[in-house]
Amino acid sequence: MSTVRNQVIRDQDHALHLLRQMVRVRRLEEKCIELYSAAKIRGFLHVYIGEEAVAAGVMEALEPDDAVVATYREHGHALLRGVSAGAILAEMYGHAEGCCRGRGGSMHLFDADARFYGGNAIVAGGLPLAVGLALADRMAGRRRVTVCFFGEGAVAEGEFHESMNLAALWQLPVLFCCENNLYAMGTALGRSESQTDIALKAAGYEISAWAVDGMDVLAVEEAARRAVDAVRSGGGPHFLELRTYRFRAHSMFDPELYREKTEVTRWMERDPITLLQGTMQAAGQLPEDTWAGLTADVDAEISAAVGFAENGTPAPVSELLRFVYSDPPDAGGAATPGGSAGKEGAAG
Amino acid sequence: MKTTYREAMRAALRDAMQRDERVFLMGEDVGSYGGSFAVSLGLLEEFGPERIRDTPLSESGFVGAGIGAALGGMRPVVEIMTVNFSLLALDQIINNAATLLHMSGGQFNVPIVIRMTTGAGRQLGAQHSHSLEGWYAHIPGLRILAPATLADARGMLWTALQDPDPVLIFEHGSLYNVAGELDDDAGAVDIDKAAVVRHGGGLTLITYGGTLPLVLEAAALLAAEGIEADVIDLRTLRPLDGQTIMHSIARTHRAVVVDEGWRSGSISAEIAARICEQAFFDLDAPVERVCSLEVPVPYAKHLEQAALPSVERVMTAARRAVGTHG
Ligand SMILES: Cc1ncc(C[n+]2csc(CCOP(=O)(O)OP(=O)(O)O)c2C)c(N)n1
Ligand SMILES: [Mg+2]
Repeated sequence: MSTVRNQVIRDQDHALHLLRQMVRVRRLEEKCIELYSAAKIRGFLHVYIGEEAVAAGVMEALEPDDAVVATYREHGHALLRGVSAGAILAEMYGHAEGCCRGRGGSMHLFDADARFYGGNAIVAGGLPLAVGLALADRMAGRRRVTVCFFGEGAVAEGEFHESMNLAALWQLPVLFCCENNLYAMGTALGRSESQTDIALKAAGYEISAWAVDGMDVLAVEEAARRAVDAVRSGGGPHFLELRTYRFRAHSMFDPELYREKTEVTRWMERDPITLLQGTMQAAGQLPEDTWAGLTADVDAEISAAVGFAENGTPAPVSELLRFVYSDPPDAGGAATPGGSAGKEGAAG
Repeated sequence: MKTTYREAMRAALRDAMQRDERVFLMGEDVGSYGGSFAVSLGLLEEFGPERIRDTPLSESGFVGAGIGAALGGMRPVVEIMTVNFSLLALDQIINNAATLLHMSGGQFNVPIVIRMTTGAGRQLGAQHSHSLEGWYAHIPGLRILAPATLADARGMLWTALQDPDPVLIFEHGSLYNVAGELDDDAGAVDIDKAAVVRHGGGLTLITYGGTLPLVLEAAALLAAEGIEADVIDLRTLRPLDGQTIMHSIARTHRAVVVDEGWRSGSISAEIAARICEQAFFDLDAPVERVCSLEVPVPYAKHLEQAALPSVERVMTAARRAVGTHG
């Protein structure tokens, strides 16, 4: 079995924690697929299986006050940022107990307490938001960092380039994390970019940028810590290109006509979970019962989350028009339909 | 105090910047250049480059950054040179600013103000002359303002900044040089209600923004012909204040809507539809509309003027509305 690059794991407990974080995401995503197949979840569903090391590694470098902006493939980011699996699944069920009261769904998970700003289903749409969050911190003199995750497909969008330039021009405390899984739906990177070295593009904006093995959670964490520390201490924006791969289809509707099965299986040999497992086992740091205990804990967490979602209540239609505009301060939670809004929006 | 629309706008910005340190202005050429329409002239010297923030030509980028800054606790005023260029930021305005509160189940409101110039009349051709505020008024989650008077140019901004949700302010390019008297202590005004700015009783002329001056001129000329008109300045295009409109029509029984936007699928269409829904039995004549002709705004002066609402066209529509029923 192959192992992660960092052969020496100095802190066994920490490695175990990272392993657990990745397994939590993996099991949540597997459950999502199962629930989707059972028609409990609808809409678009994009899972993160294969890419867990990226979110797991980067989140380790963040403080509670930092902000996270992500994409529609964000269940794992939300979970590892502290949104409960129950609130995530309940959201996908369209329940009032969901983290967005059923308004967002799989692609739009938000959580104010976790400073988790979505969940953005417009490719590259989150980058300017991250720049602005960082601008607010800079102007207010706060030492916070905003981390923005996006796929390599976003690199072709104008908003990517506008955001790189603004962040660098104004030296903002933002860390861009490009999850380069080589495909944007069915479009391979080489078929959409004249220059496929993405870190190089960011460097062209005078942003410190480098590529990282996104299958090696220890390497990701190390790079993220280095980058976040630099950003926090006033070093301006940083950029990580995290080289990874998605093992599953783009979404539940993707027949995967654009890549060979053998390519997928080759990448699966570098599964970030089994890589770390292998390294730990080789070093005698992962006894069988430790692993069994870890997976049992995670399974219990996920089944409790499913129970929470199952027992939730559909978000009430009587509150359909709520959250179009802010509730008036004195309304005590009364619905505030837009002055001119009719009921036309009722049909989802 | 004698002032202009431009100066009133600038006074509003200065006042907001002084009163709330979270407020800052950001946009293309708002600083060193002084604002493409000179609204922010002098503010850079007064407040410095952090708060009068020049941006690159990146409409989507800096509008999105304004949304992010609003999420981060600031009160950004983002200036887009004209509504035409706001199309490059539509993604941020509509997919983010207008939706985040709802998508997040009420967790993330976006207290941003976005100002832009709108409208034709200055021979700038089709890419600098369109009136697209009616489009924006289609979008739930946004509040759309169209200050037409000195008092509103001075007073709407502060109130907009108190709104927890995104507000778009449309400043018609032909208004900046309008001069007049403004109370020395003029300050914040409401951004909910339409205003009846002339009381007649014979018919109701409904308009907003850049066409208010010509509608008032038409109303004065109509009065000389014995046709006394209520003139309603909508002020806010979303949410629309239907009450003020219907209240007037209940007395006048006739309505003419004047809108520099195109007729098809426009805010004037929305108003006419609501009148039919809510005041049908009050009407003594079909609702009339005076809009821009359905053509990209042309350059040549005579063509441009022929495409836009005019005093003459408003008067003709008004006479028809009054004459339809004896
Ligand atoms: C602006 C925009 N264009 C197109 C789409 C449709 N779309 C959804 S995901 C996707 C691919 C994005 O690929 P990438 O950024 O690499 O992220 P990944 O799915 O690989 O994580 C596309 C084209 C979209 N959501 N937004
Ligand atoms: Mg991709």
